[in-house]
Amino acid sequence: MKRIIPMWIAIIAGFAMMLSSFVPLAESAGEMFADVFNVVAAIAFVLGAGSLAKQHLEKLSRRDAGWGYSVITLGSFLITLFIGMLKIGIHPNPSFPQAAYSGSNDAEGSAWSWIYEYMITPLTSTMFALLAFFVASAAFRAFRAKNTEAILLLVTAFIVLLGRTFAGVVLTGWFPDWASGLRLENLSIYVMQVFNTAGNRAIMIGIALGVAATGLRILFGIDRSWLGGGDA
Amino acid sequence: MSAGNFNNTNASARPWFERLDRVDRRWIFLLMFLAVSGPILWIGVTGKTLPEAPTLAARAVFQEIDQLPARSLVLISFDYDPASAGELQPMATSLVRQCAAKNLRMVFIALWPLGNQVAQQTIQDVIRDDYPALKEGEDFVNMGYQAGNEAVMKLLLTDFAKAFPKDSRGEATSNIPMLKDVKMASQFPLLISISAGYPGSKEWVQYVISAKNEEMNFVAGCTGVSAPQLYPYFPQQIAGLLGAIKGAAEYESMVNESLAVDGVATAPKYLQAQRRMGPQLVAHLLMVGLIIVGNVIFFARKRRGAA
Repeated sequence: MKRIIPMWIAIIAGFAMMLSSFVPLAESAGEMFADVFNVVAAIAFVLGAGSLAKQHLEKLSRRDAGWGYSVITLGSFLITLFIGMLKIGIHPNPSFPQAAYSGSNDAEGSAWSWIYEYMITPLTSTMFALLAFFVASAAFRAFRAKNTEAILLLVTAFIVLLGRTFAGVVLTGWFPDWASGLRLENLSIYVMQVFNTAGNRAIMIGIALGVAATGLRILFGIDRSWLGGGDA
Repeated sequence: MSAGNFNNTNASARPWFERLDRVDRRWIFLLMFLAVSGPILWIGVTGKTLPEAPTLAARAVFQEIDQLPARSLVLISFDYDPASAGELQPMATSLVRQCAAKNLRMVFIALWPLGNQVAQQTIQDVIRDDYPALKEGEDFVNMGYQAGNEAVMKLLLTDFAKAFPKDSRGEATSNIPMLKDVKMASQFPLLISISAGYPGSKEWVQYVISAKNEEMNFVAGCTGVSAPQLYPYFPQQIAGLLGAIKGAAEYESMVNESLAVDGVATAPKYLQAQRRMGPQLVAHLLMVGLIIVGNVIFFARKRRGAA
């Protein structure tokens, strides 16, 4: 039953969603399942939180390597949850001034907005910015012209790296009009719009066919691996 | 900084390319730091930016917004978080600025959990600071974040109020004056998505624009890594595309030019993308230099091995 019921839910919901795109009569069923999906997506946050807590508590109890990070993760998680649920520091919604908790956590001055502005924003921005340093190191050590494919990749990288900045204009801006197609800024657009588009379309069509095939296998109950616990 | 492999007594006996190849990576980090910080300081002191020649994709974004009649509804989806704000925030600022200057009615939504906060910040920086006459609920509204990714997009096509039952202040959608007649997403003549990945511009094309291509126009702004995946949709499904900080700088220069007032300098917050092109230029040149040096080492080693 643990496998049969979820499978039938998936089959019915999947067919309803698919038919709603083609059969007007099935539109309302499609809308209903979209509503249900939104509710399930919200519940998934609770499951996600539970899973996060479980994983890190296990790591802590076993004193695995890096358990100190688990303490920080769990501490941050609990503090943010506590502040968000108790709406610490919020101001009442102007429409309902008598209700103390009617305001939003996002409003300026709330503890949650403080966490966002002074912790989440600088921390995530720093993580993202660090990429530049590692990309530079990787470019120096790994980007070598070992074969024809690597040479093509190198030439493309040079065109895009220079063409996407003012360096392209300085280096090739003097090219006469009849050779303007060879200017680095135009070449980089050409690479993006022609070679990249062609390659990406091929990949996208391949993925779409794969997704359609997998979707049909799930809808017909042939593929049950998503239910977990080995092959049914 | 430690001398790393150079402490070895045999280090000086090694050929130059060997020593260069074993250089401590912290030297490369230092070079990148200098490459980025130098232009930031120079631009900060002088206020000068590099000129931008807008490409077709950036011009199309400007024109799509510019051609809308005043009071048109625009749906703006903030599908990113602070991690990508360095790359996407300048374009978000310029997009909202152009919409506000054109007197378009803006509806902000977010499909990323922290997208709501980024939208809120943009509203503060652009609308509340520079267009204080615009009223929340009549000229703009922030509907906040909604979980569900593609399901929210699908629901927007049939029932806007069901997808977003209330705005970020907690006001019911049915009570918001500017949304009184809005039943579904196709009533917005223009959809703008600023995205850093999933769910984002690609999903908007697949689930909304592919179904309502004739009723809605769509323009997108995205990070550099996701731009290659969106180019196949330009210009059919995506009418205009801003790829990374370069696209943002091109678009920002057009918006600044169109809204320039004689004798009044453009505020620094509206020059963020153009200012970031300086560090990007030097960082790209450094990358090209590092790749060349890396390959010189590679070929010198190869030659020595063959000899």
